[in-house]
Amino acid sequence: MRPAPDAPPKPRLAVFKFASCDGCQLQLLDAQGRLLEITDRVAIDHFPEAQSRSLAGPYDIGLVEGSISAPGDIERIREIRAACRFLVTIGACATSGGIQALRNWGTIDDFLSAVYATPQYIATLATSTPISDHVAVDFELRGCPIDTGQLLELITAVLVGRKPRVPTHSVCIECKARGTVCVAVARGIACLGPVTQAGCGALCPAYDRECFGCFGPAEQPNLVSLTGFYERHGADRRHLARLVRSFTAWDPTFRGESERLAEPPS
Amino acid sequence: MSRIRTFDVSTLARVEGQGALRVRIDDGRVEIAEFNIYEPPRFFERLLRGRAVAEVPDIVARICGICPVAYQMTACQALEKALGIETTPAIRTLRRLLYCGEWIQSHALHVHLLHAPDFLGFESGFTMAATHPELIEGGLRLKAIGSRLLEVVGGRAVHPVNVCVGGFHRPPASAAIRELLPDLEWGLGRSLELVREVSRFEFPDGVHRSVCVALRSADEYPMNKGRVVSSAGLEIDVADFERHFEERQVAHSTALHCVRLPEGLPYEVGPVARLNLCHEQLPAAARRAAAASGLTLPIDNSFHSIVVRCVEMAAAFEEAVAIAKTCRADESCCRIDYEPRGGAGIHATEAPRGLLYHRYRIGADGLIAEATIIPPTSQNQAQIEDDLRSLLPSVLGLDDAAAALRCERLIRNYDPCISCATHFLKLAIDRVRPPAAD
Repeated sequence: MRPAPDAPPKPRLAVFKFASCDGCQLQLLDAQGRLLEITDRVAIDHFPEAQSRSLAGPYDIGLVEGSISAPGDIERIREIRAACRFLVTIGACATSGGIQALRNWGTIDDFLSAVYATPQYIATLATSTPISDHVAVDFELRGCPIDTGQLLELITAVLVGRKPRVPTHSVCIECKARGTVCVAVARGIACLGPVTQAGCGALCPAYDRECFGCFGPAEQPNLVSLTGFYERHGADRRHLARLVRSFTAWDPTFRGESERLAEPPS
Repeated sequence: MSRIRTFDVSTLARVEGQGALRVRIDDGRVEIAEFNIYEPPRFFERLLRGRAVAEVPDIVARICGICPVAYQMTACQALEKALGIETTPAIRTLRRLLYCGEWIQSHALHVHLLHAPDFLGFESGFTMAATHPELIEGGLRLKAIGSRLLEVVGGRAVHPVNVCVGGFHRPPASAAIRELLPDLEWGLGRSLELVREVSRFEFPDGVHRSVCVALRSADEYPMNKGRVVSSAGLEIDVADFERHFEERQVAHSTALHCVRLPEGLPYEVGPVARLNLCHEQLPAAARRAAAASGLTLPIDNSFHSIVVRCVEMAAAFEEAVAIAKTCRADESCCRIDYEPRGGAGIHATEAPRGLLYHRYRIGADGLIAEATIIPPTSQNQAQIEDDLRSLLPSVLGLDDAAAALRCERLIRNYDPCISCATHFLKLAIDRVRPPAAD
């Protein structure tokens, strides 16, 4: 639909990428018909993975995928922050540092020499950290990957000027709503559903497996209580430590718990 | 007057991941033609160490949001070899169906939103939608059908949750697969039409005569299995891959290139290589469409890769239709249990962008001791630079912007997945200009 000649200019959207797999920004392209609805209502002015044209800021909405992990990233995210009225981080990498934050527990020299024959040529930071460690973020959309429905809700909410309706309760609520039999109770599988934020639709338990926490912690999670319960029911402590230390490992809540579990029991 | 010309493209658009192009021409002689990558490394091979075997399919999926299934399929089968797991025909069929979903959505994305704009003179699929609505809406529908297939079999389109070492966590309901049939049949018809439509595009000259490398097996177009063959006459088991191919650092480049031994020469993997080597294994309708499209084999113009992707999309739909008609996954054993133990395993599969190689060693504690992953784009990189060097003399008459655009188009022919490649490539960041605000 062409805008009327006197229509106000469309809000300007930009998509930026740091260290990531591209899966979250591609959710924009997976929205099928809804994608063209979005392009009707916003001007996509910077989205290198999908278009050659790139217009300079300022932008109304900036979507940022990926974690801060390389020299120059911090300077670049500050420039992006300054250019975006509403800055949204999308996905586990941008909101918690991602799976690549596992390096934060090792030494960077060890990681470099394990993968690269000539480590001195590689410029990398010793850590992978979330965007919010470096600049103010207006909204975080969790998930590995994010949910397309939540992304569209967020864009809609920003366009009409209301708060996005994104739940902060746990995956357990979604599991009950879906009618999935609890894998922890019925099958003794250590599942992070009780402490993980909803948004995926309780996908993993519906496939007879554990939630591994890719949306990060829910509101008021009690990890010590949950992992203690699993340990009393026979779960291996090292398994639990790895479960908590995965796609959102560097989130402060999950980080504290995996470090506690990795310590020898006192 | 200086006769040195340089031009740079600091952010390559419409490729997955962050890459750049750098060219320097001295008195008509191409001095540097580099396909640079500044995507930061994520160290997957190292961070897999110490993780349990069961966690690997979920972790390696995160290497790439466009081809997570390729990583999952390759890792699962390599680890199954290490553990001595024999999968069932039902598991293998379901894995092929899942892989079809990934080929469909990846090729549909590249053909419509990333590649076609080059041929039709647009800067993106979004702007093409106004004048070519059928093409773009059809493309988005094809992609959505691929994604839906991934959801039904894998639980989710990006980073499927249903894949595990030994098979699938939960077999998908046969009824849910059969419900996809009308869409899959539409997709087959639409992709056969696309082969015809796309083959009428105007193709620039792009002779490159690469050595092609792909998996090949007698009974199917290659996805999950096959021996490694090349157009230079090589035929080896996947287990011998590292005796014939090597990841190397070369002086002029910032990136590690996987090359053929012993000479260290470039080679090509991906749709063009597969079709050149395995066209006899194409299913019937896709094979007829390829023959009618005017493609002459072996394909020696990389710009034709868009037609090949449409042929492969048709092949994936054709196979998915056949499987969906007969699949009774929920009546079969779709998961083999195993006890963790030490061992080593190697496997390769055909990702949408080409051959993907994994090698693992599992320690006596059942945890990953060593992981080696060679993605398609790191194998294509030396070939891409070779192609750039052959292309450049013919574009010297153009202004810098037009010449750079021709180079970009050439790179997009390979559908490079920088997100995949970078995490393994050796980068010399000091030779790459840091991007401005992206």
